[in-house]
Amino acid sequence: MTDQFLLEIKDLHASVEGKEILRGVSLRVRTGEVHAVMGPNGSGKSTLAQVLAGHPAYTVTGGSVRYDGKDLLELAPEERAREGVFLAFQYPVSIRGITNSYFLRSAVNAIRKHKGEPELDPLDFLQVLEDKLKAIGWDDSLMNRAVNEGFSGGEKKRNEILQLAVLEPRLAILDETDSGLDIDALKTVAEAVNQLRSPERSFVVVTHYQRLLNYIVPDHVHVLAEGRIVKSGGKELALTLEEKGYDWVKPEGAAVS
Amino acid sequence: MTSIEAHVLQPYKYGFVTDIESESVPPGLSEDVIQLISAKKGEPEWMLEWRLKAYRHWLTMTEPTWANVKYGPIDYQAISYYAAPKQRPKVESLDQVDPKLLETFEKLGIPIAEQKRLAGVAVDAVFDSVSVATTFRAELAKFGVIFCPISEAIREHPDLVRQYLGTVVPTNDNYFAALNSAVFTDGSFAFIPKGVRCPLELSTYFRINASSTGQFERTLIIAEEGSHVSYLEGCSAPTRDENQLHAAVVELVALDNAQIKYSTIQNWYPGDEEGKGGIYNFVTKRGACRGKNSKISWTQVETGSAITWKYPGCLLQGDGSIGEFYSVAVTNHRQQADTGTKMIHIGKNTKSTIVSKGISAGHGQNTYRGLVKIMKGAEGARNYSQCDSMLIGDQCGAHTFPYIDVRNSSAIMEHEASTSKIGEDQIFYCKQRGLSAEDAVSMIVNGFCKEVFKELPMEFAVEAQNLLGISLEGSVG
Repeated sequence: MTDQFLLEIKDLHASVEGKEILRGVSLRVRTGEVHAVMGPNGSGKSTLAQVLAGHPAYTVTGGSVRYDGKDLLELAPEERAREGVFLAFQYPVSIRGITNSYFLRSAVNAIRKHKGEPELDPLDFLQVLEDKLKAIGWDDSLMNRAVNEGFSGGEKKRNEILQLAVLEPRLAILDETDSGLDIDALKTVAEAVNQLRSPERSFVVVTHYQRLLNYIVPDHVHVLAEGRIVKSGGKELALTLEEKGYDWVKPEGAAVS
Repeated sequence: MTSIEAHVLQPYKYGFVTDIESESVPPGLSEDVIQLISAKKGEPEWMLEWRLKAYRHWLTMTEPTWANVKYGPIDYQAISYYAAPKQRPKVESLDQVDPKLLETFEKLGIPIAEQKRLAGVAVDAVFDSVSVATTFRAELAKFGVIFCPISEAIREHPDLVRQYLGTVVPTNDNYFAALNSAVFTDGSFAFIPKGVRCPLELSTYFRINASSTGQFERTLIIAEEGSHVSYLEGCSAPTRDENQLHAAVVELVALDNAQIKYSTIQNWYPGDEEGKGGIYNFVTKRGACRGKNSKISWTQVETGSAITWKYPGCLLQGDGSIGEFYSVAVTNHRQQADTGTKMIHIGKNTKSTIVSKGISAGHGQNTYRGLVKIMKGAEGARNYSQCDSMLIGDQCGAHTFPYIDVRNSSAIMEHEASTSKIGEDQIFYCKQRGLSAEDAVSMIVNGFCKEVFKELPMEFAVEAQNLLGISLEGSVG
């Protein structure tokens, strides 16, 4: 029966520099669902996102992650990406001298090659790009600038979503995509994400604040504290959290930092 | 960092040896050896005198020690100063060229056989101490362009050579230039007459093959009034445990409104991971912008050699003349590079631009050393300098020594510098988008070097790509 879950995390433990951050996370995501993972600072939200993408700084010390029937933890980060796992970074890095357009085409072609599809030449790619931009209602103003070089915080986040749109992942993990955005930028990004929701695509939306979830309405909400999921529920859980604060769900005997 | 380094530190691909019978003079340097070289080249008396004068001056000089590089003493008596494949072929007929030589250059990606020539590029192929072939000479001659081995120019065009040789880099300029003046064996000569835009790219490929030899090439390029020329040199050498000395001199002369673009792709054997073997690349390159509004532009991609010591510079004599220097220098393993430029502003309203990109990996040490000098009479001079360093790993070093000497208060000087490090986060970001670590490093390094790569002639984009093991596509994305 596990086949119906695109992502199945069981009792996941992970540490960074010898310090255990994830202490037994379990989470199941069906194809087409949007799950929000909320939690206070230091709860392990971003670690979960990075571990799923395969960041080398994190060591998985226990548990398992299955993605589309495969052992995700066995795959190298680039293989995960080519298999359709996308992480929208909280702090995207910049690459000087390389245009966004070239970067994205390289990424698209790496994925196409993996699937055994022919690579796109620059003209074909421009056509694809135009279609994707049209679908989310954005212009191409970011495309000819160097990747994230000199981008404002809002532009960086927008760029991550743009990449998501073009790369068409099956599992999109958004790591604090709302952080540092003013309300207008937040709306712009959220609207694009909503355009990208589909029955074939699942989302894991990591966020500290509920406000993003006013715009990207999740199917399920989970609360992460001290490296474990301590509460799960429907979209209304986010509202309750907003009202009562994270102390409401903190594990017994533990202080939330 | 090991995954990143593994992709940057690629093995040397040009380290093969051509098994060919060659004749060389026994190791050692003396007036007799210089006379022998001069005789082998069939040189006129004045050339021999010129060499001997340089040699006598060299004997009074001491090897410079100010560069930020470390190496043991060089035994100048242990080097053979002349080596040539036997039965030197006639340049006019490629049929007579030893097929092993044609094969060698073909393996290096420099086909010189008639049917495989690089379109749009005339190549002079130098093997050890002699030029073995120069392509497209007849075509160039139709435009009055002379492109031939310098040994031939000394015989066939003595007036031109005498007029210009040693006028930009005097024989007593520095220790290695003096040595070169005494013993240089071959190299290229190019003369572009008044008003001619050279219809082809000119190119010389230098190959060291024989062991225990040094290569001492000499290149002279003269661009008359209003002419334009683009020249590119490439080079490589076999993998050997010994260090081999390469001490070249390049002189460029640009008259009124002339433009010379000189590009170098330097890939001498860099030595092994422990720093054993490799070429000592001690080179003096200088261009004189003698004429009004003339322009000399140096572009270099330095990936090889155990030690690089080179400062291609410009003497901006003509009013309104322009000097440019674009450089990518890569040091990995135990390679050391001390390289940069000298821009000497003499004429009024002269301009210079310096863009230097140093990449250090492994235990490599990379030094930028540059001098910008504004002379008293250089009213309205401008300089822009940009020195960027990139570190890969934590065992390498980057150093910058910019010297600025301004003697005219109207000068406008700008200097920018940066140091960055390829981090796991950058690599991870690229991997998360599906790119391999190799492609990620390529892309990051390529983006870093973009401002220099775009200065290379289009025809040589592929060669630069092969050399850095990186994709150039990004620069046109």
